[in-house]
Amino acid sequence: MITATAPLKEKKNYINAEAGLKSWLLTQDHKRIAILYLIAVTAFFMVGGLMAALIRIELATPAGDLLDSNTYNKVFTMHGVIMVFFFLIPSIPAILGNFLLPLMIGAKDLAFPRINLISWYIYMLGGLCGVIVLLSGGVDTGWTFYTPFSSTYSNGYVVLTALAAFINGFSSILTGLNFIVTVHRMRAPGMTWFRLPLFVWAHYATSIIMILGTPVIAVTLFLLMLERGLHIGFFDPAYGGDPVLFQHLFWFYSHPAVYIMILPSMGVISEVVSTFCSKKPFGYTFIAFSSLAIAVFGFLVWGHHLFVSSQSAYAGMVFSILSFIVAIPSAIKVFNWTATMYKGSVRLDTPMLYALGFIGLFTIGGLTGLFLAAMGLDVHLTDTYFVIAHFHYVMVGGAILGYLAGIHFWWPKITGRMYPEGWSKIAAGLTFVGFNLTFFPQFILGYMGMPRRYHVYPPEFQVFNVLSSAGATVLGLGFLIPGIYLIWSLKYGKVAGPNPWGATGLEWQTSSPPPTENFEITPVVTTEAYDYAALAAREQMQEVTRLG
Amino acid sequence: MASNVHRPAHAPTEPYDVEHHVPKRVYFAVFAALICLTWVTAWVSTIDLGSLNIYVALSIAVFKASLVVLFFMHVKYGTRLTKMIVGCGLFWLAMLLFIVMADIWTRGWMGVPGR
Amino acid sequence: MDSETAVVEQKPHHHPGYGETRHHFENAAQQKDASTIGMWVFLLTELMFFGGMFMAYFVYRQWYPIAFASASNKTNLWLGAFNTTVLICSSLTMALGVHAASMGKKKLLILFLFLTLVLGGAFLGVKGYEYHDKWVHHEVPGAHFDCEDCKDAAHAPLFFSLYFGMTGLHASHMIIGFGILLVLIWQAYKGKFTSKWYTPIEMFGLYWHFVDIVWIFLFPLLYLIDRSGRGLH
Repeated sequence: MITATAPLKEKKNYINAEAGLKSWLLTQDHKRIAILYLIAVTAFFMVGGLMAALIRIELATPAGDLLDSNTYNKVFTMHGVIMVFFFLIPSIPAILGNFLLPLMIGAKDLAFPRINLISWYIYMLGGLCGVIVLLSGGVDTGWTFYTPFSSTYSNGYVVLTALAAFINGFSSILTGLNFIVTVHRMRAPGMTWFRLPLFVWAHYATSIIMILGTPVIAVTLFLLMLERGLHIGFFDPAYGGDPVLFQHLFWFYSHPAVYIMILPSMGVISEVVSTFCSKKPFGYTFIAFSSLAIAVFGFLVWGHHLFVSSQSAYAGMVFSILSFIVAIPSAIKVFNWTATMYKGSVRLDTPMLYALGFIGLFTIGGLTGLFLAAMGLDVHLTDTYFVIAHFHYVMVGGAILGYLAGIHFWWPKITGRMYPEGWSKIAAGLTFVGFNLTFFPQFILGYMGMPRRYHVYPPEFQVFNVLSSAGATVLGLGFLIPGIYLIWSLKYGKVAGPNPWGATGLEWQTSSPPPTENFEITPVVTTEAYDYAALAAREQMQEVTRLG
Repeated sequence: MASNVHRPAHAPTEPYDVEHHVPKRVYFAVFAALICLTWVTAWVSTIDLGSLNIYVALSIAVFKASLVVLFFMHVKYGTRLTKMIVGCGLFWLAMLLFIVMADIWTRGWMGVPGR
Repeated sequence: MDSETAVVEQKPHHHPGYGETRHHFENAAQQKDASTIGMWVFLLTELMFFGGMFMAYFVYRQWYPIAFASASNKTNLWLGAFNTTVLICSSLTMALGVHAASMGKKKLLILFLFLTLVLGGAFLGVKGYEYHDKWVHHEVPGAHFDCEDCKDAAHAPLFFSLYFGMTGLHASHMIIGFGILLVLIWQAYKGKFTSKWYTPIEMFGLYWHFVDIVWIFLFPLLYLIDRSGRGLH
C-alpha cells in the first residue's frame, strides 16, 4: 500500500548507500549500473530522436529544401545507427534486465558484477566513437553499411562508425554472458526454471541471441574496416569478392538483433498484463518456450533481407517459408496475453495502457512482416516506406511501448516514488495517437511506391507525408512528457511501498528502492510463479499481524 | 518461512572435476595423437586424392579439435551444461556455414536470370 | 511470515581478496562453476567471431579453387606444420600447468606457464617471419600486390586477404594470451594460487586451448590446399 508523502527517516537503500560520483562510477551494484545505463541510453535516444525530427521536417515537403541529399543520407544513417545499436538493443536488457534479473531470481547480484560495470564503460566508449562521428560530419551508408558503397565509395566516416558498433557489440555480449550464467547458477533455493518470471525467460532467450549473433556482426564490421582501411578485398567485385556475402554476414546478426530488441519487451508485457489482470499468464509454459523458439528460429530467416539481391531464388524460397514460421511463436504470445485478460480483473493503469498498445501495434507490425516475407510482394515493397512502417510498428509500437510500460511499472521499485497517473495517461494516449498518425500513412506511401532513403519525392505523396510529420510531432510530445514527470517524481512523487501494484514476483517482496544486497534474507521460493492467491493470503496475514 | 540455509539446490557441492582428476598420462597420450595427426594431415595433403583431400583434412582437424575439447579442456569430465554449451556453439556455427552455402550452392538452380 | 523475528543479514563492508569467494556467491564451488560457464559462453562468442571469416573462406574457395590452391602453395608447408606442432606442445604444457596448479605445485606451475609462454612466443616469431616473407614477395594485398606465378592471379588477393585476416586475428589472440600469461606467471610467483583456488589458470587454459583449436583448422585450410598440385597443371 502507498504510504504518506514523505517518510520520517529514509531507510538504507542502494541509492543512499554510498554518496559521491566515484561510488556510482566504480559501483559493482547491478542496480546502480542499471541507472548508469538509463542515463546514457536516454541521452542517445534524444540524439536519435533529433535525427528523426530532421527527417520528418524535411519530408513534410516534396522538395529537398531543408537538407541536401548527402546530409539527408547522413541524418537517416545516424538515426538508424543510434536507435538500433545505442538505444533499442541495450534499452530493456541493460536497464530493466540489469536491475531486475537478480531481484527476480532472489540473488544478491549478477554472476559477474565487475564485468557488468565494464560493459557500461565499453558502451560509453562505443558511444563516444559515435558522437565523434556525428560531430565530424557523419556517415551516409545507411545503418546497413552495404558494400561496395561503404567499403569503397562512401565519403563518410565508415571505419569510425563501424568501430563504434563493433565496440558496442562487446557491451552486448558481456551483458548476455552475465545473464546466462546468472540464470543458470544464481537462482534462490526453490526457484526452479518453471517458477521463473516470464521476464527472466525472455531475457535468457535474448541473451542467447546476443551471445551467438553479435560476434558475427563484429567480425563483419572488422572485415569491412580492413577492406576500407587497408584495401584488402573481401567484398570487392574487382577481386571476385561478393557484396552479397557482406549482406549475408551482416543480416545473420541483424535479423536476430530485432529479436534482441523485441523479446525483452515481450517479457515486460507478460509481467504487466499478468499484474493488471491479477491473473497468472495463460499458457505460461508456451510463452516461456516461445521465447526460446523465437531465439532459435530467428537465426534461420535472415535471407528475407536479401530477396532482391542475387541470393539464389531457391534459398529465397526457403527463407520465405521460415520467415512465415517464425511468426508463429510471436502469435502464440499474443494469443496467450489476450487469453490472460479474459475474465481477469483488468485495471487500466498506465503500464497496462502501454501493454495494450503493444499488443495491438505489435500485431499490426508482425502481420505486415508476413507481407514482406512473401517474396513476390517483397519485390514491390522492399526499399519502400512499407518496410519502414513495418519495422517502426514493431520497434516503436512494440519495443518502445514495452520499454515505457516497463519503466512505468518498475519505476516505484527503482526509485521508491510513484509518477503522476494523470500525466502518464495523457502521455500514453499522445504516444499511441502520434505513433499511428506517423507510421500508418507510411504503409500507404510504401504501397503506392514511395522509396525509402530519399529526401525528395513526387508531389502526389505529400498529403500522407504531412500527416506522418504531424504525427511525429505528437509522438515526440508523447515521449517528452514522461521524461519531465519521471524526473519530477524523483523529488515530488508519492512515496511508494514495496508492492504498489499487487504484483507477484520476488522483486516486489523487498523494499522500494531495494537495499544494496537486494534482500535482507535470501528468499526461499515455495510457490509457483504468478501465484496471486498466495500473494493475497500473505498480505492478509501481514494485515492481521499489523492489526493484531 | 525464512530459512538461513543458503545452499541453492542447484549449486555443486564441490568443484566439478575434483573427483575426475585427469591423470597426466591421458594428457601425454592426447599430445602424442595430436602430433601424429598433424604430420599425417601434412603428408596426406601431398598425395592426390582428388576431391577427397579436403574431407580428409577436415576430418582429421575435427578429430584433433575433439581431443583438445574433451581432454585438454575437460569437457569429457564436465557438467551437462558445459557439454550443452559446446554443442550449441557447434550447431550455430554449422547453421551459419550451411545456410549461407545453401545460397551459394543453389545459385542458378531455378533458371531465374541473375539468381 | 514472521517478519519481526527476521534476521538481518547485512555483511560488513568487506572487499574480498584475490581468490576469496565474493559476497554474491553462496560458496566457492558456485563461484568456480559460474566462472567456468562464463568462460565457455565467452569461447562460444569467439567461435562465432572466427566463424564469420571461415564463412568467407568457404565461399571464396568454392568459387576460385585454382586461385586458392595456387596461393596456398605459396605458403611454407614446413613452417606451418612446425607452428602447429609448437602450438600443440604449448597446449600440453598449459594442461600440465593446470594439473600442477590443482596439486598445489607452485614451481611446476610456473615452469609450465613459462614453457607455454616460450612456445607461444616461438609461434609468433615464426608467424612474423612468414608475414615478412610474404611482404617481400609482394603477396600482401593492397597497392603493392603482385603475386608472381599465381594461377588465376586476379582472384589471388582474396586468398591472401583471408590468410592475413584469419592468421592475424588468431595472432592477436595469441598476443593477448601472451600478455595474460605474463600476469599469471607473476601472480603464480607471488603465491596467489593454491590447490583450493586456481581458477584463473584454468580459465586461461580454456582460452589457450581454444586458440590452439582455431589454428588446428587454419593449418589445413590455409596451408594444405592441393599440395599435390593436381589442379594446377
